[in-house]
Amino acid sequence: MAQQTATQEQKYVEAWKTSIAGDSPNVPDSIRTLRESAIARFSELGFPTTRRGNEEWKYTDVRGIASAEYGSLVPSPTNRVVTKTLDQHIMGGSVWNRLVFVDGHWLPELSWLPSLPAEVTVISLAKAMSTEPGLVANDLAQHASYQESGFTALNTAFLQDGALIAVPDNVEIEEPIHLIFLSSGNGDGSVSHPRTLVTLGAHAKATVIESYGGPVDGPYLTNAVSEFVVGPGAHLETFHLQQHGKQANHIGSKQVKLANDSSFVAGAFDFGGTLSRNTLSVALEGAGSSCNLYGLYMTNDSQHVDNQVLVDHAAPHTTSRQLYKGVLNGHSRGVFHGSITVRQVAQKTDALQMDKNLLLSDDAEADTKPALWIYADDVKCGHGATCGKLDETAMFYLRSRGLDEASARRMLIHAFANEILDNVGLTPLRVHLEQFVTSSLRFEEQQ
Amino acid sequence: MTTPDSLAQSEYKYGFVTDIEEETAPRGLTEDTIRWISAKKNEPEFMLEWRLRAFKHFMTLVENHQEPKWANVHYPPIDFENGVYYAAPKTNPASLEDVDAEILSTYEKLGIPLEEQKRLAGVAVDAVFDSVSVATTFKETLGKQGIIFGSFADAVQEHPDLVKKYLGSVVPYTDNFYAALNAAVFSDGSFCYIPKGVRCPLELSTYFRINAAESGQFERTLLIADEGSYVSYLEGCSAPMRDTNQLHAAVVELVAMENAEIKYSTIQNWYPGDENGVGGIFNFVTKRAKAAGNNSKISWTQVETGSAITWKYPSVLLQGDNSIGEFYSVALTRGYQQADTGTKMTHIGANSRSKIISKGISAGHGSNTYRGLVKIMPKAANARNFTQCDSLLIGDQCGAHTVPYVEVQNSSAHLEHEAFTSKVSEEQLFYCRQRGMSSEDANSLIINGFCKEVFQQLPFEFAVEATRLLEVSLEGSVG
Repeated sequence: MAQQTATQEQKYVEAWKTSIAGDSPNVPDSIRTLRESAIARFSELGFPTTRRGNEEWKYTDVRGIASAEYGSLVPSPTNRVVTKTLDQHIMGGSVWNRLVFVDGHWLPELSWLPSLPAEVTVISLAKAMSTEPGLVANDLAQHASYQESGFTALNTAFLQDGALIAVPDNVEIEEPIHLIFLSSGNGDGSVSHPRTLVTLGAHAKATVIESYGGPVDGPYLTNAVSEFVVGPGAHLETFHLQQHGKQANHIGSKQVKLANDSSFVAGAFDFGGTLSRNTLSVALEGAGSSCNLYGLYMTNDSQHVDNQVLVDHAAPHTTSRQLYKGVLNGHSRGVFHGSITVRQVAQKTDALQMDKNLLLSDDAEADTKPALWIYADDVKCGHGATCGKLDETAMFYLRSRGLDEASARRMLIHAFANEILDNVGLTPLRVHLEQFVTSSLRFEEQQ
Repeated sequence: MTTPDSLAQSEYKYGFVTDIEEETAPRGLTEDTIRWISAKKNEPEFMLEWRLRAFKHFMTLVENHQEPKWANVHYPPIDFENGVYYAAPKTNPASLEDVDAEILSTYEKLGIPLEEQKRLAGVAVDAVFDSVSVATTFKETLGKQGIIFGSFADAVQEHPDLVKKYLGSVVPYTDNFYAALNAAVFSDGSFCYIPKGVRCPLELSTYFRINAAESGQFERTLLIADEGSYVSYLEGCSAPMRDTNQLHAAVVELVAMENAEIKYSTIQNWYPGDENGVGGIFNFVTKRAKAAGNNSKISWTQVETGSAITWKYPSVLLQGDNSIGEFYSVALTRGYQQADTGTKMTHIGANSRSKIISKGISAGHGSNTYRGLVKIMPKAANARNFTQCDSLLIGDQCGAHTVPYVEVQNSSAHLEHEAFTSKVSEEQLFYCRQRGMSSEDANSLIINGFCKEVFQQLPFEFAVEATRLLEVSLEGSVG
């Protein structure tokens, strides 16, 4: 077993050698060193296991990912994207700013930045690393630690490209910036490591949407890492929209640092893929900072979605809200692990956490673990979790009004999802999400 | 207001040592120790074999470093091979009159209604001193109804069939590290069997006391309620003040057959260590109940105020259809006490229901963790669970943690979990103070109110004791 695992990791180490050999000579030494230490760390950590005692991975088995024979571990830059695949992700017409990445590499011809203030930098990481190393030096890989997570180490080891958004002090961006990360699926399965770095200066404001997708059929792996650094009094709103193909696996990690009086909003929507695991880790480091995290996962067949939402209250007067909802059908499994840590200095913390699951099928499974770790006394912290089927009384009410069973079910599921969708203020995104929910419910009805 | 630090200063009043002659097992843990204990108890062959199997399993766990590390508690490593695994008062009592006067006076100090004059209390007591059971009251009264209640050692001699049938049936020795250790070296404990259709007329009670300086205590309780029977069982414990840590690794197994009900209440007040966190009992206990038949019901109530470290998860396997599991807990940590406690409700039968009410209070440098699992298996149609686990924080040096696990594999199940953590509300305090109450009384009133839902589940005498224990424990910490 151990030996087999060793070879699984070895494949990636070998591929890494090809990858680093292909680096442009302009890549600064610091990045090269970073990539070297990250691959070394990955060799030590390996892929996580569900072994007893490994709490973090208790409910999610990634042996399938580790042993998968992906044909293309170092996909070369390509512009061969099925237009249909891209079209599914386009939102906001000609107004939104958009960067498109295929297999982790930026595609300038499909990108479009119509409405950005001049002070704002939105460029590819590859370009930033070679031409403006100053922009990445302070923050890149400083927040998402590759020391603890094998997948983050792997992403960092393969760090070649990605998105960089830097908003200086007091600059507010009106229109959202949409990052679309697509997998080509080329070469019997591509493995890509999308990377995002967003920094907001004091009192800056921005909205960033990350979309993930790829071909409907065929295996591929996306292993994404994002870092969000929010300056004093700044406001960052982000969305995570995962609409992968049926055989895709997605591992994602987002690290957020919040300075004094800043606020952060994250909406997470997981609809596609076979296995999807997201870690959202928010450090409330500045006094008075706050975050609002919400998510919706809708799964069917044998899909597996795992959300790890970790909130660290490290300063006084900080506020956090978490609300995640799951609609689970087929043989699918929804996992939620929410954690609120309140450090001793973080007096006057106000934290709430909630996970609600709707089980539509007898074979679906929900595993939820909302945890509180509290070391300060003057706090208000609460959490809750519910699991259940559709409310029979509500069903009866709708049926008594003449609705057929399928419509009544649809209406109730839609209402359940709406509590999350109502948080989305961006009309194009809201419409996009509504369309998805409606179509997946229509699909449910056909079954 | 006095500072929260003064909390740790309230005294442990059960910390006296009883000076009697003790017989102890040779230091160390080898196959010979197991044989020595088994021979001492004059056990039949099947018991020795079972112990030895458990011992072998335990040693493989030790070799593979399988000591559980996941709990949120911290302590120096325990040298299992250098402990004393058996200590007993030298004189073996034949009846209550023969019990060592010193021991009786110990129990008197503890306020246990051991003597006949306490008959009015209506409690039958089995008292376990260090490793052996020293006295059982009301044995005859109970015997008339066919109820078997007494020491485990006696049960092994008198009812080997029952012991053989049920021993390890709920907590096998392979269950966990400490369960394996207990199975190998357990010395005595309580045994109880309630026959079909009998409603036990008395509250049954066991009092555990660790006295010897170096020994650990490893007792085992086995309680079987046959079809349609009912029993309420109480358990209390205390230990002298010593500056070394002593290990208490007990196992409690409950079996409730069809339509039977067991109510199991614990007041755990082992020595918690001194104000600097020196000494105290390591309380690593495995408690599990099987609601084996249809409509069987198990109710655990615990008030945990003692021990340096508590590691304990009284659980229920809800096997029967319509079976019910309940868990009511108040856990207090102060000084440098650490508790990682909670429950596991495993729903197997259809329409099974469970309810969890946990109240954690942390003061001083105490660390209190609720850890629980509610698991709904695929066949458990229409299972229900309600969980509420609240924490109260007193002082800014303590910690209160909540780690619930919910695993649902049946869509018709309905689960709710809620938890809230805060300090004593300023508004409530203000209201009480403004009515003329002293700060201390106001705090005490509010804290008691916080625990009320749990205390209500205790039998009357225990409820009074629990309230008093909480007051004494928190003396000087608030107000």
